Amino acid sequence: MKQKEETLLEIHDLSVSFRMYGQGLEQEELRVISDLHLTVHPGEIVAIAGSSGSGKSLLASAILGILPDNATVRGHLHYKGEELTAERQRQLRGKEIALVPQSVAFLDPLMKVGKQADGHVKPRPVEKRKSLFRRLELPEKTEQFYPFQLSGGMARRVLVSTALLVDAQLVIADEPTPGMSLNQALEALKLFREMADEGRAVILITHDIDLAFAFADRIAVFYAGTTVETAPASDFQKGPDALRHPYSKALWSALPQNGFTPIDGFQPYAGNLPEGCLFAPRCPYKKPECERAVPPVREVRGGEVRCYCSV
Amino acid sequence: MIKACIRVLSLLFAVSVISFLLVSASPIDPVQQYINGLGTAVSPQQRAEIEDYWGVNEPPIQRYFSWLGELLHGNLGESAIYRRPVGEIIGERFVNSLALMFCAWVLAGVIGFSLGCVMGMFQDKWADRILKKICYILSSVPTFWLGLMFLLVFSVWLKWFPIGFSSPIGVLDEDVTFGQKLYHLILPAFTLSLMSFANIALHTRQKLVDVLHSEYVLFARARGEGRRTILLRHGLRNILFPALTLQFASFAELFGGSVMAENVFSYPGLGSAVAAAGLNSDVPLLLGVTLFSALFVCVGNMIANLLYGVVDPQVREVVE
Repeated sequence: MKQKEETLLEIHDLSVSFRMYGQGLEQEELRVISDLHLTVHPGEIVAIAGSSGSGKSLLASAILGILPDNATVRGHLHYKGEELTAERQRQLRGKEIALVPQSVAFLDPLMKVGKQADGHVKPRPVEKRKSLFRRLELPEKTEQFYPFQLSGGMARRVLVSTALLVDAQLVIADEPTPGMSLNQALEALKLFREMADEGRAVILITHDIDLAFAFADRIAVFYAGTTVETAPASDFQKGPDALRHPYSKALWSALPQNGFTPIDGFQPYAGNLPEGCLFAPRCPYKKPECERAVPPVREVRGGEVRCYCSV
Repeated sequence: MIKACIRVLSLLFAVSVISFLLVSASPIDPVQQYINGLGTAVSPQQRAEIEDYWGVNEPPIQRYFSWLGELLHGNLGESAIYRRPVGEIIGERFVNSLALMFCAWVLAGVIGFSLGCVMGMFQDKWADRILKKICYILSSVPTFWLGLMFLLVFSVWLKWFPIGFSSPIGVLDEDVTFGQKLYHLILPAFTLSLMSFANIALHTRQKLVDVLHSEYVLFARARGEGRRTILLRHGLRNILFPALTLQFASFAELFGGSVMAENVFSYPGLGSAVAAAGLNSDVPLLLGVTLFSALFVCVGNMIANLLYGVVDPQVREVVE
């Protein structure tokens, strides 16, 4: 119980599936997130790194309680030690838990940026937003623009400003940096870093692994809708021997600066997941039990890993 | 703006050519119609004189241009059945029709848009399902049948509304009050609006459903906006423009529907005039109304286009 008080967000065995109509009238269950495990402490940035289509964005929706109607959620979410129910999600989202979405498509195309960034709260926090815009190097006239007049980087900075505006305790940033110049990306991440240093927590969903390394405290490696490993960011700088899961090691080796070596195979499709460990079909260290049951989460050398083999 | 005017003019020109060709190719004999209208016997020699005077035996192209020339001078000819200049008839009938179409248009727009919003907000809930079925039924039922049913129920059985015409029978034109005119307008206008409101409601519903599934609404929800706020802040803003366009583009249906509705309710508008002209082979009136209705529909579409440019910032910025 003690640990729950210290953590801001705790996710246990979270699964999200969608009911879809397959061929004919047969209903198909698409499991996009499986047995996901994640803890987030106040004051830290946790980066969630994984390839596209691994269900990263849906995790954000699941935490906020804004999944589509045909989604089923299983597992436990705890926020500040208390169960995160639908009712609580409704109260907290936009206030204590804020989302920084991916692209300009998340802005209403027909509403001026200033009005939109202010949000629906009354009175409008105009002064605070203006100072945030200045800090994010958004020109004064940006507030008069419509979203389609923004560049990709400007749009992302506007989106970042919305999370800073409400003083959220937990910020979920979904790919916040693509399209920004390096300076702007660094500035945005510096803002997240500052937020974390003030005692908030940031979940940084990204596939820009280099930036994640530089700014995150811990990195959760996402594969086929689950976190296979959560490790301190420094382990990724040390190299594959410091890492625990075969996929994390493969990911490390696939980075341009580490040899660009790919591994065979593809991430499994959500409607066709393997029985046991989700990585088993591609794993070089595969053992018979890997294909029978999902490995439990284990603590190995200060990180969490879902693997039978790692030591 | 100039471009739009050129477009309207070229369209009118095309309509005039096509309708002229159709009338020339039809078995209607305008001379015979004219003679029938005179009500006196005409000798073959007199008939030949009329034909000569009218230029019936000239080549079609020449006939077309002499008609067009008169048209450009504002002379639409004389109606064979009413024995009055066509321009005058159109003007007078159009005022009646305009009142009817305007009421129906506003009704259809308001009812259709609000129903569409309700359906969109309650997508796939019982309210949406029932309203959607009603809309499908209404949009597949012919106007004239619906008009007859309304006459039967509201005028014959319940006696709430008059059976027809735009004013009470046996009252002089100048004695008819505005209230009486309005009273005669209600049932035809309602019938006419039923034809297009289902269409508007279904379009609005679909557009709202699209908006509610958009990423910006997802983000609005993530920021803690409730259903009501989302509808007022994002929903209306994003569905109003398409609805307005649709509303102005519905002039054609409105005009087509008014032909039916006016005949069922014996309402003396342009719609019943065109039916009378068609049935009695009144060529000048028919051509006149055809050109006029083309202009009417075209203006509706033009307003829709211009309006889009005025209200939608994305189009507006591009134009600027």
